[in-house]
Amino acid sequence: MTTVEFRHGPVWVIAEQIEGRVRAVSFQLIGHARKLADELGAPVEVILLGESLDEPAQQLIAAGADTVYLGDDPDLAFYHPEIYTEMIVRLAQERQPEIMLIGSTPMGRELPALVAARLRTGLTAHCIDLVLNENMILEQKVPGYGGLISIICPERRPQMATAARGVFPSPELDTSRPGRVAPLVVPKEIPHRIETLEIVREEPEGVPLESAAVVVAGGAGAGDPGGWREIQGLARVLNAALGSTRPAVDEGWTELETMIGQSGKVVSPELYLGVGLSGELQHMVGIVGAKVMVAVNNDAKSPVFEQVDYGIVDDCREFVPVLIEKIREYQTK
Amino acid sequence: MLKIVVCVKAVPDPEKADQIRIDPVSKALVRADVPLVLNPLDKNAMEAAVQLKEQFGAHVSVLSMGPPPAANVVKECLALGADQGILLSDRAFAGADAYATAYTLARGVEKIGSYDLILCGRASSDGSTEWVGPELATLLDTPIVTMVEEIIEYGDEWWKVKSGLDNGYRVVRVKLPAVLTVTRELNTPRTLSFSGIIKARRKQISQWGIDDLDIPEQAVGLKGSPTIVSEMTTQESTREVEMISGTREEMAERLIQKLADAGFLASS
Ligand SMILES: Cc1cc2nc3c(=O)[nH]c(=O)nc-3n(C[C@H](O)[C@H](O)[C@H](O)COP(=O)(O)OP(=O)(O)OC[C@H]3O[C@@H](n4cnc5c(N)ncnc54)[C@H](O)[C@@H]3O)c2cc1C
Ligand SMILES: Cc1cc2nc3c(=O)[nH]c(=O)nc-3n(C[C@H](O)[C@H](O)[C@H](O)COP(=O)(O)OP(=O)(O)OC[C@H]3O[C@@H](n4cnc5c(N)ncnc54)[C@H](O)[C@@H]3O)c2cc1C
Repeated sequence: MTTVEFRHGPVWVIAEQIEGRVRAVSFQLIGHARKLADELGAPVEVILLGESLDEPAQQLIAAGADTVYLGDDPDLAFYHPEIYTEMIVRLAQERQPEIMLIGSTPMGRELPALVAARLRTGLTAHCIDLVLNENMILEQKVPGYGGLISIICPERRPQMATAARGVFPSPELDTSRPGRVAPLVVPKEIPHRIETLEIVREEPEGVPLESAAVVVAGGAGAGDPGGWREIQGLARVLNAALGSTRPAVDEGWTELETMIGQSGKVVSPELYLGVGLSGELQHMVGIVGAKVMVAVNNDAKSPVFEQVDYGIVDDCREFVPVLIEKIREYQTK
Repeated sequence: MLKIVVCVKAVPDPEKADQIRIDPVSKALVRADVPLVLNPLDKNAMEAAVQLKEQFGAHVSVLSMGPPPAANVVKECLALGADQGILLSDRAFAGADAYATAYTLARGVEKIGSYDLILCGRASSDGSTEWVGPELATLLDTPIVTMVEEIIEYGDEWWKVKSGLDNGYRVVRVKLPAVLTVTRELNTPRTLSFSGIIKARRKQISQWGIDDLDIPEQAVGLKGSPTIVSEMTTQESTREVEMISGTREEMAERLIQKLADAGFLASS
């Protein structure tokens, strides 16, 4: 057997599984890692930790991984910050990855920071694009100040970044792709100062945002819980998923799970209706490939109107109840 | 007595932060005169500390890294009930990314001395990376629980907390000393009281610079940051808007017609 010499260290993806199923965002990141790795002339290596994962490991190879480092152990079934960090850090010190990508999930909002601080490297949060520049350095794009900021980690390695589900497309699975699975063992001498006693999963209400064909999103313009209930009502008559902006979450009208945008969810509906929101880029980057976009805002000069197909200037608290009524009439006509 | 350190960030007032923009021509930041305020989620961290102080007795230190005007935010925390206020401020600290921020805060915590609990907000309102809490914990070799929504049980050594997940939560046992990052579900922050403001007048704020922390210049601020901003750009939208006008009823009907024509609405 000949060994291939790579110019750059591998491109890594830290995959995540829930109850033995690999999350969609992990596949999407592997798809993107494949592209970056091909440009770099480097392999894609995926770390998957959990229990009973032989079949999922094969799927990761089909998605684009050259090697899957598989930790298969009952102690790894749930995300455990101390064990996961230790395993990833040790392997990273050995493999010297060039790039490390992780999905912006609850795990991905904590684990990469634990790893980055141990490796003394940079970490960019909630990226909306990741591209290699002419020096083969990863430009990590995040929205900010009404534009796009490109963050780079010029010297230290790996270059670490997180991105939400939906930022990158799901790759085609090719079950004929070759790849290997390398087992990882759980280190025994870990401090165990954190212990997960229980995980409770609640069924989300209504239509799930990420797969919804129609999304109605409300913002600060809803004004109060009453105004928010009208927007919820509009989502219901349209059989749409309800989305929100950060102020709506901060006001307590809705849960963080409904927030669309850079630090929330990425949606790709066919129809998007934004009500009482200003079209701030951090929200708008969460809407990808919508066919038709509509905005309702009481300020004719709102920047949201530069980013949609149809605009209505009106007080949403007055307009939405009328719209709901008219939709009902139309539906029963 | 519990020793608590609350890390607070002075952020551009979120109500006015949209005045800080990238100039489409120069691609540089247009710095508007936006005042610095206490990061919203750090109010929840402060509230948690003050409640613990009321319940069990605690010494609460507030630690912030920022420019000199951030002293007002530290003062606000003293008025909310903190016992000690420390501002890490030095020209050399400017331009820090999350790692360099966590590094500098870690040295600040070490200078304060021993601690049982470090409280942070889950995220700041401006950078919003959520990295500072977990990176700080790592650099101090302390366990961390992020997204804490509830403290369920206070033991002598182990605490039990509830931490948020997407569509659910986990219950975690964590050994003190620990770092917790908190969400807005944890509590309702109190507002400033007049007597608090009066009491805070007698409390001193210590300002520590790079020499007080005894760390090299290459380890802090822009120089100590693994990440840098390489470029800023503005984006143009590709959509052409059609405004729908008329009376409220007419606008609703016209919009419905557009949606029906595009196949999004069906009549029975
Ligand atoms: C790092 C970072 C990450 C962020 N991530 C996200 C994210 O993931 N998602 C997100 O949404 N935000 C995010 N934000 C916040 C984002 O920058 C904006 O502040 C937010 O999207 C604005 O929400 P909004 O449009 O509801 O509120 P505003 O900007 O306050 O706009 C409210 C709009 O409602 C209109 N209005 C007011 N009253 C009425 C009425 N009666 N009828 C009709 N219209 C009315 C106003 O004209 C205005 O245009 C982030 C910010 C930062 C710094
Ligand atoms: C739009 C934008 C994007 C950015 N993206 C990145 C990025 O991807 N990676 C990166 O490394 N840096 C990034 N930065 C820089 C980063 O925001 C700053 O370095 C900041 O000092 C620390 O991160 P944060 O604001 O994200 O804090 P977070 O980690 O979101 O803050 C969480 C908590 O940490 C504590 N805390 C944070 N800062 C301080 C402080 N100065 N003093 C005391 N306590 C504090 C508070 O309790 C706060 O509630 C970005 C900045 C901007 C404006």
